[in-house]
Amino acid sequence: MSLNLFLQNVANGLSLGSLYALIAIGYTMVYGILRLINFAHGEIFMLAPYFLYFGVLIFNLPWWASIIVAIALTAMTGMLSERIAYKPLRDAPRISALISAIGVSFFLQNLAIVVFSGIPKSVHRPAFFTRLYKFGEIRIQSTLFASIIVSSIFLTLLLYVVYRTKTGLAMRAISTDIETSRLMAVDVNKAISVTFIIGSALAAVGGILWGLRFPQLFPTMGMIPGLKAFIAAVVGGIGNIPGAMLGGLILGMTEILFVAFLPAVSGYRDAFVFLILILILLFKPDGILGKKVQEKV
Amino acid sequence: MKKQNEKIFTLLALIVLGILVYLAENNLDAYKLRILNLGAIYVTLGVSLNLIYGFTGQFSLGHAGFMAIGAYVTTLLVLPTYYKEMIFILEPLAWPFTVIHAPFIVALFLSGLFAAIAALIVGLPVLRLKGDYLGIATLGFAEIIRIIANNIPRVTNGALGIKGIPEFTNLWWSVGVAVVAIYIIKGLIESSYGRALMAIRENEIAAEVIGINLTYHKVMSFSISAFFAGVAGGLFACLLTTIDPKAFMFVMTFNILIVVVMGGLGSITGTVLAAFLFNFSLEYLRPIEAGFHIGPIMIPAIPGLRMVTFSVLLLIIILYKQKGLLGGLEFSWKGFFQFFHKLFTSKKSSEGSSR
Amino acid sequence: MELLNIDNITMKFGGLTAVSNFKLKILPGELIGLIGPNGAGKTTVFNMITGIYTPTINKIYFQDRDITRIKPDKIAKAGIARTFQNIRLMENLTVIDNVMIGFHLHLKSNLASAILKFPNYVREEESIYHKSMDLLEKVQLEKYKLEKSGSLPYGQQRKLEIIRALATGPKLLLLDEPAAGMNPQETKDLMSFIQKIQNDFDLTILLIEHDMKVVMGICRRILVMDYGITIAEGNPAEIQNNPDVIKAYLGVDVNYA
Repeated sequence: MSLNLFLQNVANGLSLGSLYALIAIGYTMVYGILRLINFAHGEIFMLAPYFLYFGVLIFNLPWWASIIVAIALTAMTGMLSERIAYKPLRDAPRISALISAIGVSFFLQNLAIVVFSGIPKSVHRPAFFTRLYKFGEIRIQSTLFASIIVSSIFLTLLLYVVYRTKTGLAMRAISTDIETSRLMAVDVNKAISVTFIIGSALAAVGGILWGLRFPQLFPTMGMIPGLKAFIAAVVGGIGNIPGAMLGGLILGMTEILFVAFLPAVSGYRDAFVFLILILILLFKPDGILGKKVQEKV
Repeated sequence: MKKQNEKIFTLLALIVLGILVYLAENNLDAYKLRILNLGAIYVTLGVSLNLIYGFTGQFSLGHAGFMAIGAYVTTLLVLPTYYKEMIFILEPLAWPFTVIHAPFIVALFLSGLFAAIAALIVGLPVLRLKGDYLGIATLGFAEIIRIIANNIPRVTNGALGIKGIPEFTNLWWSVGVAVVAIYIIKGLIESSYGRALMAIRENEIAAEVIGINLTYHKVMSFSISAFFAGVAGGLFACLLTTIDPKAFMFVMTFNILIVVVMGGLGSITGTVLAAFLFNFSLEYLRPIEAGFHIGPIMIPAIPGLRMVTFSVLLLIIILYKQKGLLGGLEFSWKGFFQFFHKLFTSKKSSEGSSR
Repeated sequence: MELLNIDNITMKFGGLTAVSNFKLKILPGELIGLIGPNGAGKTTVFNMITGIYTPTINKIYFQDRDITRIKPDKIAKAGIARTFQNIRLMENLTVIDNVMIGFHLHLKSNLASAILKFPNYVREEESIYHKSMDLLEKVQLEKYKLEKSGSLPYGQQRKLEIIRALATGPKLLLLDEPAAGMNPQETKDLMSFIQKIQNDFDLTILLIEHDMKVVMGICRRILVMDYGITIAEGNPAEIQNNPDVIKAYLGVDVNYA
């Protein structure tokens, strides 16, 4: 493989990886706080480009306004889903919340089918987003820069919120011990809502960037990327935010390089990702940056 | 109630069941029969998932994968050779699949067997995981199976799937398999091994310390569960007459999970009821999609509204009736008669044994 | 011949040393107490004996067999049983089921005969049932046999856990703070209960306890741990007067002339 081709693949891998990273952060934050795998997160990711699409086409909003509205609506959907479907189950066995999450996931998917129709929609993208930058032989879509820049900005903001604000402190406290946090008069509800809002907003950004990169929308488009983003979160260390970013990038790179080096079995790319998941869970379940938690006997 | 009497009642019930199946097979139209068949297949699926999840406490989301294995095994064994050569369009069917053939009952048994072997291989490493992690890992396994099915057209005809499978499944088969599944799984649960499985569910560390080999018991439960999922997959193939990898996406496992949760984890009776309730509801919710009135409001025809409603119902059940519709109760002849006794007299009586 | 030989074991969790150079030889029929402040490493020792942890350094021998790396279920089969500091019952199962499970490890019937209810299995199940009822009667729990074990009061849950351990047919019984949460009368009953079962079942017992009445009352030999190290070993009188022991518990330097 020529150097150029290799670098092109690396660029694609980073581009894909940064999208996974944005989605993975939402999974890892929710898991850290509630010990819940938010199955519905992939659907949150899916809704954002749809909102954007409708904002632009139906309401004729300018692009920048639509993007903001789409992110806001998606964040709200995420927050609402927590209030309605997860909050009542906070003291129930964890499995109930998990099943509820799966329920929300299917509800949102089917709702999207009903409201947006199941037929894939093609999004017309403004030139700004499709411009290709050339570095020698390598072509990089502007969305790659957008992904990396946007991800970096949001990650910095996020780390600021988590480590330098009171709400962030509450979030960290809850992820260590929710019962004690309650007893210490931490506003658990608010912290959890903030977690979902931030996580959903990031997923929305990821969804919009995804929609701009792969401009075909369909209601089940969130399932596989969602699952892969979760795997990325596990690879990086579930509950660990920098880990989610790292995991996302690694997973994106691995997936692209797999297809690049083994084109004959490219149909198995998703299976390869799942295999990585199983191997990580078996041999390093705490992920790359995660901490080992011993169960006291 | 004496064991002797219980056996007699069960036998009577089976005879009644047989009569009902006979009547149904000979009098109902194809549409209704299909729903009943699906219900019975879901009983097998639900009871087998209940074994590994409700009774052994291992959150496995891989059921669709075992079904897929079973469905393809049965299909390849049951299709006539000349037909196989015809329908494998993408790539010709690989030998020895071209020549193998078996009667339906053998095919079903082998479906279960292959699924059980897969469970053994996957289960040994993966059952060490707990809770959500086990769920995701088994989900990953099921997806891997599906992707493999998509990518080996020489065996499975890839994404096109296989059509024209002989319609061997009828109520005798689907109900028969369900009865066998219940008999065996109930037999397992109501034995010392069943106690061991439940001990693992309740407190793994304590179970190990009192001498229960975790690996053996978990893998045993997982394999038996997979066996019946595989058989159900075979029944499924010969009911729908067409299979393709898309039929075994996560939605399938989720449906079975709904049935088990609705019926109540650890309640076989609940699973039986829920399996039929689930299938009936899905069918009878169809009119929603054709448009209907609520008073003066006209709701237009919207495809997909059925599943939305269903998701909402599921969420409501999970949020408000967490122990399932029956609250975890199990059927017993004693409880059955006491129930009627209570109806007709004003005396108080105790419930049947609960799990 | 010693029943149990703990040969200078050390347990490290990463950088933390929980137990350091612990040694103990137990002869059949002994009733030994293991005491020390919280966090001294006593339960860690239990966990190492029963295979939940593997000692980082050195070995443990049971009846001259190296059991250091053996998993908990095989250790139970070898004849060591234990109870837990914070009771690990199968809460949603009935009281009698909790006891009957204890007999599973010695089941001779295979899986098929159990599922299909062959006569040899049915006979074993009957026998298990009767033996379980006998054990329940020993602690006056037989009338609660169909209750969910999680619904029993604390003291009775402890007794249930002990007879579950007895069901496994052990030669060595490890009791982890059996008197925790008991009132004085219950504690007295527990003491005579322990001595009775030692007699009836021919047991050797190693006991972790904080209640000194129990320890001094029934143990003939006592080991004291603090910060993972054994600081004293001897009979009750020796231990009670040992300045290191007093210092460990009270943190005060006491001068004995």
